[in-house]
Amino acid sequence: MLEIACPWCGPRPEAEFRCGGENPIIRPPLDCSDEEWAAYLHHRTNPKGLHRERWHHALGCGMWFAVTRSTIDHTIVETAPLGSAAEEEA
Amino acid sequence: MTSAPHKPARYGAFSLLRGGLNRQSHWTPILNEPDAPERHYDVVIIGGGGHGLATAHYLAANHGITRVCVIERGWIGGGNTGRNTTVIRSNYFFPQSAALYDLSLGLYEGLSKALDYNIMFSQRGMWMLAHDRHGMEMLHRSANAMLLNGVDAELHDGAGVRARIPGLNPNPRFPILGGLLQPRGGTARHDAVAWAYARAASRAGVHILQKTAVTGLRQQGGRITAVETSRGTISCDRVVVAVAGHSSEVAAMAGLSLPIQSFALQAFVSEPVKPCLDTVLLSPATGVYLSQSDKGELVIGAGLDLFISYAQRGSLPVMEQAAAGVIELFPQFSRLRFLRQWAGICDVVHDSSPILDESAIAGLHFNCGWGTGGFKAIPAGGWLTAHHVATGRAHPIAQPFGFGRFTSGAMIDEAAASGIAH
Ligand SMILES: Cc1cc2nc3c(=O)[nH]c(=O)nc-3n(C[C@H](O)[C@H](O)[C@H](O)COP(=O)(O)OP(=O)(O)OC[C@H]3O[C@@H](n4cnc5c(N)ncnc54)[C@H](O)[C@@H]3O)c2cc1C
Ligand SMILES: [Zn+2]
Repeated sequence: MLEIACPWCGPRPEAEFRCGGENPIIRPPLDCSDEEWAAYLHHRTNPKGLHRERWHHALGCGMWFAVTRSTIDHTIVETAPLGSAAEEEA
Repeated sequence: MTSAPHKPARYGAFSLLRGGLNRQSHWTPILNEPDAPERHYDVVIIGGGGHGLATAHYLAANHGITRVCVIERGWIGGGNTGRNTTVIRSNYFFPQSAALYDLSLGLYEGLSKALDYNIMFSQRGMWMLAHDRHGMEMLHRSANAMLLNGVDAELHDGAGVRARIPGLNPNPRFPILGGLLQPRGGTARHDAVAWAYARAASRAGVHILQKTAVTGLRQQGGRITAVETSRGTISCDRVVVAVAGHSSEVAAMAGLSLPIQSFALQAFVSEPVKPCLDTVLLSPATGVYLSQSDKGELVIGAGLDLFISYAQRGSLPVMEQAAAGVIELFPQFSRLRFLRQWAGICDVVHDSSPILDESAIAGLHFNCGWGTGGFKAIPAGGWLTAHHVATGRAHPIAQPFGFGRFTSGAMIDEAAASGIAH
């Protein structure tokens, strides 16, 4: 069971959260090529190592936030509000 | 460890009886494992799971290509092929998927005989239950699609389900309104599938390297030329990547990105009990599926952990949900203890369909994206991949499952393959 520190509520059990996948994903301009659009829709970094992702405190405060987590052993290195300096640097 | 050709070992009652007279000392090694690999192979297959080994076998058996080496960093069948819950079925929705999975089921039906190796394929039937009106509508839709696709299907109402599956909870919180049965579905012994293909390929002269990791891929002028391994560089004309949850990792060695995410899927077995469940049961609403192994253990599967993971362990909330699902279906099982729990890493594609294709790098083929459901597809995955490698063209059944669909948008969105693991 992961323990995830919501930036607003503090450490809570994994069961309260939902993972929203890679962070950030930037939508390309609508006149982009089919390849770029396919990459935006389907290609994710999927690293074996540190992964930047978004989580939703679904059964808590309802806020989305950024998490940096190891996909090898699930260690959470950092959590930060979306748009914060910490998130941008991560 | 020897590369010398060996006499075929026959696995039958007679052989076993004969061995009884000489302490079973007549068995010979079944793998063709050279002490040192050749410097060059026509085809190198990365990943000694079911798909890699089946590809090796069909390259030899269907196309006469035997200068082939399978490279496995652990032991054969030690990946998802040896970790899954062994359910085999072809109850998919789209005609493309039905063609693929029914080819596989058909090959499974003749596999023990074709490979002279008892894979313990048991067509005990596979049920999908519905617990609400919407679930029933989905079952009707599935049943119609299956029949149109030429796949066997039977729809039963709640009383019909109970008549066929004794012991179901008489007072469930989620009422059992009906069930869709695929009579030809069932289970097989997963290790045996890997070993049967490994032996057949070995007999044809294919080399198998265990405990050998592929660490790099070399290319020249847009063509694959060699693989780097922990036992040196091996040159080759073609490479097949069949590494399941590690597809992104190996693709990155060639500078490719794949439309794949890796998630952990876990399974459990209970302590063994007397025979009490003679079919396979999937209940999406309660988040669980189960069957009983020939040893008597209940084999229980759950859903994916929905965050990227390369850790081969699942998380507790999913385990709790699966246990609750089992008890909802069969309250009497609440006294059973879990004997083991484990997880495998699954390569999940957005449309829950596999990728079978040659990549943008000539000669570099992928057989991946099977997600939580590729055990049932092993014979077809190997058959179709071998066809593409040998002829240079995708088999008609494999064509819809190429890389092109991600840019063309012709996805095969198989909800029947996702949501809950199979
Ligand atoms: C818990 C669980 C339950 C499942 N239940 C079912 C089910 O009931 N029915 C069903 O149809 N499917 C099921 N599946 C899915 C199924 O197991 C897989 O889709 C299938 O086994 C994939 O086979 P494969 O040969 O592609 O991969 P694997 O069997 O995983 O083989 C890939 C091999 O590649 C090796 N490898 C990886 N990287 C390298 C490298 N760099 N160098 C060399 N070797 C490497 C690995 O060690 C591994 O042995 C389940 C999966 C899990 C985890
Ligand atoms: Zn919160």
